[in-house]
Amino acid sequence: MKNKASVVIIGGGITGVSIAFNLAKAGVKDVVLLEKKYLAYGATGRCGAGVRQQWGTKQNCILARESVKIFENIKDVLNVDIDIEFKQKGYLLLAFTEKEWNQFHKNVQLQNSLGINSKLLTPDEAKDIVPFLNTEKLLGAAYYEKDGHANPFLTTLAYAKAAENLGVEINKGVEVLDILVEYRKIKGIYTSHGFIETDKVVNAAGGWSQKIGKMVGVDLPVYSERHEILATEPVNEILGPMVMSFSYNIYCQQTPHGSFIMGYGPKEKVESLKSTWQFLETMAEKVTYLLPPTKNLRVVRQWAGYYNMSPDHQPIVSKCEEVEGFYLAIGFSGHGFMLAPAVGILMKDIILENELTWDVVLDIGRFKRNEIIKEPSVV
Amino acid sequence: MNEEKIIVCRCEDITLKEIRDLINDGYTTLEEIKRITRAVMGPCQGKTCGPIIAREISKITGKPIEEIYKPSIRPPFGGLFFKEIVGEKDEK
Ligand SMILES: Cc1cc2nc3c(=O)[nH]c(=O)nc-3n(C[C@H](O)[C@H](O)[C@H](O)COP(=O)(O)OP(=O)(O)OC[C@H]3O[C@@H](n4cnc5c(N)ncnc54)[C@H](O)[C@@H]3O)c2cc1C
Repeated sequence: MKNKASVVIIGGGITGVSIAFNLAKAGVKDVVLLEKKYLAYGATGRCGAGVRQQWGTKQNCILARESVKIFENIKDVLNVDIDIEFKQKGYLLLAFTEKEWNQFHKNVQLQNSLGINSKLLTPDEAKDIVPFLNTEKLLGAAYYEKDGHANPFLTTLAYAKAAENLGVEINKGVEVLDILVEYRKIKGIYTSHGFIETDKVVNAAGGWSQKIGKMVGVDLPVYSERHEILATEPVNEILGPMVMSFSYNIYCQQTPHGSFIMGYGPKEKVESLKSTWQFLETMAEKVTYLLPPTKNLRVVRQWAGYYNMSPDHQPIVSKCEEVEGFYLAIGFSGHGFMLAPAVGILMKDIILENELTWDVVLDIGRFKRNEIIKEPSVV
Repeated sequence: MNEEKIIVCRCEDITLKEIRDLINDGYTTLEEIKRITRAVMGPCQGKTCGPIIAREISKITGKPIEEIYKPSIRPPFGGLFFKEIVGEKDEK
């Protein structure tokens, strides 16, 4: 392991590897990435890996749209031969309440203005897309056929390989223990494998990012929340799009591999990563009601991961104001996988002090300035 | 025997060659190999392939097997149909 680096990235999830790749691609030498376990150990390896562009704020729409362009051309962008299993069979978002249905009207208008050609569907039209959908009480749906899914492990590996090809040093099994700060400037980083001298540290530690903040004496405005999820054994393809409802609180999709992956948002904050029987029971009830043929599916695994939540449910991609050389890519609030290709580019812009590639406001100062527009569409 | 024809994981059709290639590529933990190939993730939860992959890792890296193979069986053990779960609830 190097003992001197120009930038040290903490976290080997999709965010960390995307930042590493984009820095190296911009010509930054001596970038080192540290991961305490193995790549994609955190939320990245535990996530639903859905990729949607149907968002309710302009900036989430832009970040997702730009990321999809990269997912679509990933082999050319990264120049590595790994198939990330990107499928585009759409997202079908269901509206069961008037409030939701009104929100969908606004969202679709916004999305269309940004080149995301989503559309509103009647319950019958939704049934054309998912014939076995239970449309009882359904008011309507929003659909965009270019949304989809990618394999989170393989996407992480593809970025990591690409970064390594450009000279990034990726260290697995190396834990960051503390960060040396002098006169509010980053000086280095203490790891389980020794000290690394550096004046730039990127906190991409997902659900553990608050702890990294404490190492430099900063209280970050994020918290981690357990989200449970399960997978079934693979079957022939019967479900094209990701089916999702905010009010009924569920998401369910069939991956290209054939297994179904599904989950719902918890009702209370829990910090443990244990999975529960209650989740399995509630999930079974929800999914068999909404998509009845799923009753014949066999569940093979359930697990849990962290959502790292920010106050407005939009990521914080920013310098840290209190400590020079400390950067943040945190608070993805349950949608950091799909945004990571764009986030890596933005963090590269911030570190190199370039103008941001896209017109978005993700800096941490927005909370103090009260410039927050909360994302209305999260599970 | 041809390592390309030896199936290590019967749930997901993974060959011995695929496993050895990954280990030689630096993926020397069961967790990583599982996530890349989906071996160990099928309905049997790796009862067969887990120990075989661990043995391969041990052979190539020299790490002792006990360090490599600590099975974490995730519920629901053995696999349950949703209808069994929903049905069970109805009887209560
Ligand atoms: C159940 C679930 C479903 C989800 N579904 C979706 C979805 O459908 N679509 C989507 O876009 N997003 C989804 N997400 C969110 C997505 O998974 C995350 O936003 C994203 O993976 C965050 O990536 P990351 O790299 O920032 O963090 P992580 O993947 O959590 O990576 C952080 C890494 O930092 C490492 N680390 C922590 N502390 C240290 C330390 N001290 N030293 C060294 N390394 C350290 C950890 O080991 C970890 O590997 C879901 C999340 C969950 C939990």
